[in-house]
Amino acid sequence: MNRPKTMTRSRFAEGAVEWLIRASAFSAIVGLFLIFIFIGKEALPILTSPDVRKEANISKLFLPQDQAHPYSWQPVSEIPKYSILPLFVGTLKMTLVAVLFAIPLALGAALFTSEFSPGWLKEFIKPIIELLAGIPSVVLGFFALMVMASYVQELFGIVYRLNAINAGIALGLAVIPIVYTVADDALTSVPKSYREASMAMGASPWQTAWRVVFPAALPGILAACVLGFGRAIGETMIVLMASGNAAIMSWNLAKPARSLSATIAAELGEVVVGSAHYHVLFFIGISLFIFTFVLNMFAHWFVARLQKKVLGTI
Amino acid sequence: MSISSLEARELNLYYGNFHALKNVTVRIAEHAITSIIGPSGCGKSTLLRVFNRMNDLIATVRVTGQVLMHGRDIYSRQLDTASLRKRVGMVFQRPNPFPLSIFENVAYGPKIHALVEKHELAELVANSLKKTGLWEQLKDKLNDSALSLPPEQQQRLCISRLLATEPEVLLMDEPCSALDPIATAKIEELMLELKDKYTIVIVTHNMQQAARISDFTAFMLLGELLEFDSTSAIFTNPQHPKTQDYVTGRFG
Repeated sequence: MNRPKTMTRSRFAEGAVEWLIRASAFSAIVGLFLIFIFIGKEALPILTSPDVRKEANISKLFLPQDQAHPYSWQPVSEIPKYSILPLFVGTLKMTLVAVLFAIPLALGAALFTSEFSPGWLKEFIKPIIELLAGIPSVVLGFFALMVMASYVQELFGIVYRLNAINAGIALGLAVIPIVYTVADDALTSVPKSYREASMAMGASPWQTAWRVVFPAALPGILAACVLGFGRAIGETMIVLMASGNAAIMSWNLAKPARSLSATIAAELGEVVVGSAHYHVLFFIGISLFIFTFVLNMFAHWFVARLQKKVLGTI
Repeated sequence: MSISSLEARELNLYYGNFHALKNVTVRIAEHAITSIIGPSGCGKSTLLRVFNRMNDLIATVRVTGQVLMHGRDIYSRQLDTASLRKRVGMVFQRPNPFPLSIFENVAYGPKIHALVEKHELAELVANSLKKTGLWEQLKDKLNDSALSLPPEQQQRLCISRLLATEPEVLLMDEPCSALDPIATAKIEELMLELKDKYTIVIVTHNMQQAARISDFTAFMLLGELLEFDSTSAIFTNPQHPKTQDYVTGRFG
């Protein structure tokens, strides 16, 4: 007669565990939602509060102001200037350098380890690249600031020691392992039968990799690139240390740059709570949030579409 | 026996220490269907893969003896596998079209071997699809993914893909085992049409299939070629008792 009792007990345990894992699944969503609400609430006065709007409003943030200095980020000068366009430009140009540097390297490495390297070599390379992801970004930033900057300056013959190229490359080091890992998984999971079919038609290993395996893995590879892009755009410590942090409105990669994320990190600690500057920083935060969110949504939609196309359900 | 363009002489093949093919000598008749039958693990797929050197992809393989195509040893150093595989195409057990469009699948061979100019490609693709009877059904959806087709059409597409490079020999490794009986009948019909122009070697588990479509049949057991003769002789008057046991279904 013990049976029904243990049954109910195990059923109870089952239910508890299920509830627990369900709660943990939703906790991330709740967290995301709360972060959005909080940041949004602090950013809102830019649109609603008359006092704040006198100092900083949407047109001051995005439109050119006076003739001599149309776009300036000088939040602590006598007449504060809050043009955030230089910060957008800074973020984008460093992200661009990072992505252009990291994605070809990461995809090349992934193609090599998934298609060409013998097994033992892959077992050697893959963990080392993934180890790169484990380096704290402050260490990467320190390295870029103290060591890499001098070499980059000399190599490209740049006037400024800290500049967008230097920060972008350092950022790229943080992006490589992410793109590599996801892309390698995508390539490795392409069925062997495709490779066999291609080789049996007389294709070389390179033709097989490039014309069959790569297109078959394209959805996963694009997802890898988007993840890398997202990491680059939000990364803070590296750009804070290695970019020179000058908020200048210039697409010139050889000049210093200041990113959105580094601005928040550098200034939020010292800002007067409730001031216009404070609310602008939160506005920057919510902009970054929305930007990456939209990017991810779009990428998700695009990858799903591509996957359907590859698998033939469209 | 008719003319032969492909033959193996005293062929031995080892996977590491495992002796997979033992002293196999066989002459494949031109423009005919030759089937290789035998129980699982007897080496029939291995023998098939000798003819396009697909076994080379396995690192531990060692081959001795000769495999001749038009009198030239295909295992000689002068011969490159790309041109061999262009002449000796292979169809696999599971249809394996590339995850590309129907057009790109058929255009794959001509592209990698740089066979035609770009403006001739469309015509070549059309002709290759016509040879397998797919053109009428697919001509309006050449840009669709090949994976959206039903299995039988996928297998036909794989055959079209081979025909686009104008091979001489088609090797088929149980090409119907993933298909239902109706699709199987259609593929068999196609094979009978194709044998006028191509030399076909098929590995099959299905003895009725071998009896239905092939002109010659080889029976293999434990890496040896026990008997090789016309299909009617193998099925009605086998010389070897093991062949008799196998074709009558006493083991297998």
